[in-house]
Amino acid sequence: MNQKTPLIGGKKSLITRRSALKTLSAASALALSPGYVRYAQAQTSEPLRLGFQLHSTGIGAGYGRWYDRTTQAAAKLINEAGGIAGRQIEIITEDDGTDPKRGAEVVEKFASQHKVDFVFGTLFSHVVIGSAPRAGELKMPYFVVSEGYHVASGMLNRYVFQPGITDVRSQVSSMAPWIAGNLGKKVTMIFPDYAFGHDHRDFFSAAIEKQGGSIAALLAIPPTETSYTKYFPQIPADTEVIYHVMVGPGVLTFVKEMGEHFGSKRPQIFGFIDSLEAVDLASPGLEFLDGTYFWEANPRYAGPDQTPEDKFFREKVGVDQNGASVDDPKDISTYSHMFGCWETLYTIKQAVEASGYKSAADKGALIEAVEAMTAFPAGNEHPQGDKTFNGKRHQCYGHQYISKVEGQKLSVVHKTSIEDGLYENDTDYTKQPL
Amino acid sequence: MTGADKRLRVLALHGGLVLVLFALQFLLPDYDHTNFTSIMVLATYAMGYNILVGYTGLLSLGHAMFFAAGLYGAGMGVYYFALHPVLAFVIGSSAGLILAALIGLIALRTTGVAFMIVTMMFAQAAFLVTLYFNDVTHGDEGLTLTQAARGFDLLGWHVDLTNPALRYNLALSLFTGALVLCLALVRSPIGRVLIAIRENEERTRMLGYDARHYKLLALSLSGLLSGAAGAAYVLFFGYVGSSFAAIQYSIYPLLWVLLGGVGTVVGPIIGTLLMFYLIEISRDHMSSYMIVVGIMLVLLVLWFPKGIAGTIRARWWGWIP
Repeated sequence: MNQKTPLIGGKKSLITRRSALKTLSAASALALSPGYVRYAQAQTSEPLRLGFQLHSTGIGAGYGRWYDRTTQAAAKLINEAGGIAGRQIEIITEDDGTDPKRGAEVVEKFASQHKVDFVFGTLFSHVVIGSAPRAGELKMPYFVVSEGYHVASGMLNRYVFQPGITDVRSQVSSMAPWIAGNLGKKVTMIFPDYAFGHDHRDFFSAAIEKQGGSIAALLAIPPTETSYTKYFPQIPADTEVIYHVMVGPGVLTFVKEMGEHFGSKRPQIFGFIDSLEAVDLASPGLEFLDGTYFWEANPRYAGPDQTPEDKFFREKVGVDQNGASVDDPKDISTYSHMFGCWETLYTIKQAVEASGYKSAADKGALIEAVEAMTAFPAGNEHPQGDKTFNGKRHQCYGHQYISKVEGQKLSVVHKTSIEDGLYENDTDYTKQPL
Repeated sequence: MTGADKRLRVLALHGGLVLVLFALQFLLPDYDHTNFTSIMVLATYAMGYNILVGYTGLLSLGHAMFFAAGLYGAGMGVYYFALHPVLAFVIGSSAGLILAALIGLIALRTTGVAFMIVTMMFAQAAFLVTLYFNDVTHGDEGLTLTQAARGFDLLGWHVDLTNPALRYNLALSLFTGALVLCLALVRSPIGRVLIAIRENEERTRMLGYDARHYKLLALSLSGLLSGAAGAAYVLFFGYVGSSFAAIQYSIYPLLWVLLGGVGTVVGPIIGTLLMFYLIEISRDHMSSYMIVVGIMLVLLVLWFPKGIAGTIRARWWGWIP
């Protein structure tokens, strides 16, 4: 026979009023004690812990310094404005040495030692690709700021996103219409003979041919090369445009030797600013670049068309009108990349607030919230400009800029549309299980 | 000390080491648990290196190519041909063995500094090959193996190589296998000939031993262990990229072995472990952490040129193999 016993109340109840009151009093006392307060509020006011995977050392250190400044500035602003969903954010930084093996270890450290909610900020492609498998295994949302095509290509996993910076395939493709229409259609490409250069080779070749142009020559420079003089005679005489994407310590030598080879009579020259991020355009040897053109994701020099949000961004990060630190005019920023950290933090904010994320158990909801995003309007949260976001590819797409070097400064001559950089592929991370 | 006593002590030391590593998996925090998995794999690589430099006296500066042969052999097998991970491991290990044997046929015509330079040149060529065939290897960016590709069914049980506990124990098995192989080798007649070559190659030859034949065997075994470590690394951690074929991965095993004790079986794990945590702890306190590592190495060379296990052997425990 089932006799129902009241939980609280009557003579035979399991809990008497007196014992209930005692328990309640004890629980209240415990909850008000300093140690417990922290725990009791954990679901609502504990800081949101964000793991910042930074290239403090290694080949990416120049970029890392500015990624850090940008991140700290954005975090400060977010916290001053009340944090994310009412929670302050805490940035926990770990150096990965720009090394893929260490990158994976850093992701592990963030997850199991620092107990962060998300990881963000990785730049160099090989570090992203080396770290992403571990992020996927740990089911750790991983927001990279790399501009590599690795996210959109589908080679990574459902936990990896790139919402703050356009990928290189889109950047390169969007340059072709303007180059073909304004500089010339016969292009010789000079690029480093490894994956970064090969992305440019493949995507730009296809894009310029789509514009009715052609590739006159492809000059792949081995990564160990220190002098480039033997490559310049290989540039066909009928070349109308030289497209160069050399990066690393050899870039100054490359530009100097290219100048010595051509003298005053040269074809049009177009390059990617990656070559000269954190490098002063007034550096000796770069005079030859005057009159040449560069891709920029975000104009280093504030021009007449400067937006209010760019002004706000510069002021908060500490960048002057020439793209240098306000404290040291020789300390040149990585202006075409670092905004990605800022915009990624605001995307995380948007995702946390949209998904109602509170703890690790809500990571699936957070992933789905990011995948549901479609656009980011221009403004203080997205100072580089408006963007679209493809939830299946986990990749955003924005405007790009073409700037001309004049008097050892860059002046914007063209802003692409977002549509210029769109492409087709069948990546769909949403089909992968969470 | 009698031979039996010595054998017992050797067994106790090495068996104890394996038991400690086994027990640690239940005590270590998650982060260190994964680190130890990685350290045991890299210590296997260092043990392979030690066979050559520690017991045969051949200083190679190109071992990254053997590690990378295992890494790419296994990784690309899984990535492109969806190979069974066990088969991929066998192929990766064999790639290290075969490459080492082939390189040995040429490089072992040289000795001393020339051998060091030749191995370094071959390794640099191997590194450039990983970049040059970017369409296949994805060069410096590398390739990732999916979680699904790193699992297989065995007798109705799903073996998931991304499972931390399983991965730890597989790494421990690999390390134990390499430890047993090294112990057996250095205590065998072959091992004694290798040591004789290290001490005086001319005299060994005069005694009737074909030194080149033995050196080729040592290099091949060294390549096998290096390849096995590379194959295990990619299967456990899912990434293969050209940075693992770069010069620093030829320098690392040298540092690990020098720190732990060159020519000792336990030296490589001691060196790999200490170097990892030296960097880890320094990194937590300063950005220029490599200075600490550099200073430590200078002090080590000045005060403990035989490394930790080597010094212990020289001063107290002469029976350490």
